[in-house]
Amino acid sequence: MTKSGTLNRAIVRGFSPFGGDRAARLVPQARLVGPMPWVIAIMVALTVIAAAGGLALQNMADTARAELSGGVTVQVIEAFPAARERQADAVMDALANDPAIATYRRVPEAELEALLEPWLGVGATDATVPVPALIDVRLRGVADRAAIDDLQTRLLQIAPDARVDAQSGWLQPVFAAIASLQWLAIALVVLLALTSAAAVWLAARSALGSNRNTIEIVHLLGGTDGQIARIFQRSIGYDAVLGGAAGLAIGVAGVMVLGKQFAALGSGMMAGGGLTLFDWLMLAGIPIAGVVIAIVTARLTVLASVRRML
Amino acid sequence: MSDFDSEIVAFDNVGLRYGTDGEVLRDISFTLYPGSFYFLTGASGAGKTSLLKLLYLAQRPSRGAIRMFGSDVITLPRARLPAFRRRLGVVFQDFRLVPHLSAFDNVALPLRVSGMPESDVAKPVADMLDWVGLSHRYEARPATLSGGEQQRVAIARAVIGRPDMLVADEPTGNVDPEMALKLLRLFEALNRLGTTVVVATHDVHLLKKVPDSLIMRLDKGRLSDPTGALRYPPRAASRENSVS
Repeated sequence: MTKSGTLNRAIVRGFSPFGGDRAARLVPQARLVGPMPWVIAIMVALTVIAAAGGLALQNMADTARAELSGGVTVQVIEAFPAARERQADAVMDALANDPAIATYRRVPEAELEALLEPWLGVGATDATVPVPALIDVRLRGVADRAAIDDLQTRLLQIAPDARVDAQSGWLQPVFAAIASLQWLAIALVVLLALTSAAAVWLAARSALGSNRNTIEIVHLLGGTDGQIARIFQRSIGYDAVLGGAAGLAIGVAGVMVLGKQFAALGSGMMAGGGLTLFDWLMLAGIPIAGVVIAIVTARLTVLASVRRML
Repeated sequence: MSDFDSEIVAFDNVGLRYGTDGEVLRDISFTLYPGSFYFLTGASGAGKTSLLKLLYLAQRPSRGAIRMFGSDVITLPRARLPAFRRRLGVVFQDFRLVPHLSAFDNVALPLRVSGMPESDVAKPVADMLDWVGLSHRYEARPATLSGGEQQRVAIARAVIGRPDMLVADEPTGNVDPEMALKLLRLFEALNRLGTTVVVATHDVHLLKKVPDSLIMRLDKGRLSDPTGALRYPPRAASRENSVS
């Protein structure tokens, strides 16, 4: 047979690939009664919740950092009230004339007492415990090490007992904990993706095993590896779409319930942990990624298996 | 065109062993020409099915060379083998029908695998089912068909694509004599259209039904060719004249 003869035969038979519904019919369809859509639904739901947690933590940390980025606290640590007041007034005057300062506010004594009341009791700060004078300052720029050292140097000339600290410094352990939780969320998402791939791999191998006779027939009739892979890709892809949609619905419902509960805490820091539109779009992309993972895994599994045939 | 170019299949000193066991086929050499009709005979366990597996590209030989449609199929990249398989029609001894597909869909399978548009599939499949006497059972699943009916579906599937070579393993083993003769006539009709036919059978009465056929006899893995007709067959031209 010449090449032109082969080409003519191909033209007569057509070049359209063997796929779609008629290919999918080669393997028995048992969707929803089989475990695959449910496994994928659970995986997607857990991934959505883990990813939402990670994104919320990221937003919370970003909001807190933004709020504290220019914030510094000036403490005047002087035991004698008269000297403390004199230095505090001097600091207030200096801050008023400093172009690097956006806002500043002397924390009222009543507010300080209220802050310390849980530990020291009512009225304990009046005379018995010397409490530093606190001034809440917002810089125009970022409160980095250089800016703080510069302010400290200037204030020490007029108030020898003044100490300047970045407000974000107080929250560093909190930020570190948030970062750890974020890494945990990322690890969970990766593990769930791997588990999903493993579940699809097992399902594809099981489907291959129970349909080996059909695969061999298609193979011997001239079916290509790609054609055989498409039979299973379509079947598992369909399961993944169903499972992914269900998983997204379950996951989003879970995230909304958790979001309401955290919002009810009324904490200022928690308020910054809401999800943005972009975050919701990312969550909506999880089932799509799940479908892609399922189809690619199924294809690779089937191809690896049929390549063992001649 | 040389003889070598016009050959359908050429085996040269082919041997086959499974695992570490001894060879089930030894020193097999023959040439199949277009438009020829071959019977492969031999006692049970002689290696007929193994030889057919080599012919329909389900197995690679342990040694030797096999040329098919002008190409060395031993060294051919695996990805190119499906194109060769689509030029073959195979009737398996155990039918190998897809259990959850109807008779119609089983027969249509080779056409669909080869990419025939769906609109062109229905008529040839219906005609073929009609020819093998199963038009009334086109929706039936293999499990609901008798052994003979399954065999006819398997044969219809093998010939639906007008293959260049038809390989049949005991194709009349489960049908009555009348149907066996009818199926043999179908193979002959295909043969007259240019399809090379290889039928493995232990039914000696069948051999007499096709006078122009060549006989390949396997005995304990060796091919006997006392007349040399397989290794040096009559020229295809003379056969074409006799067919016309």
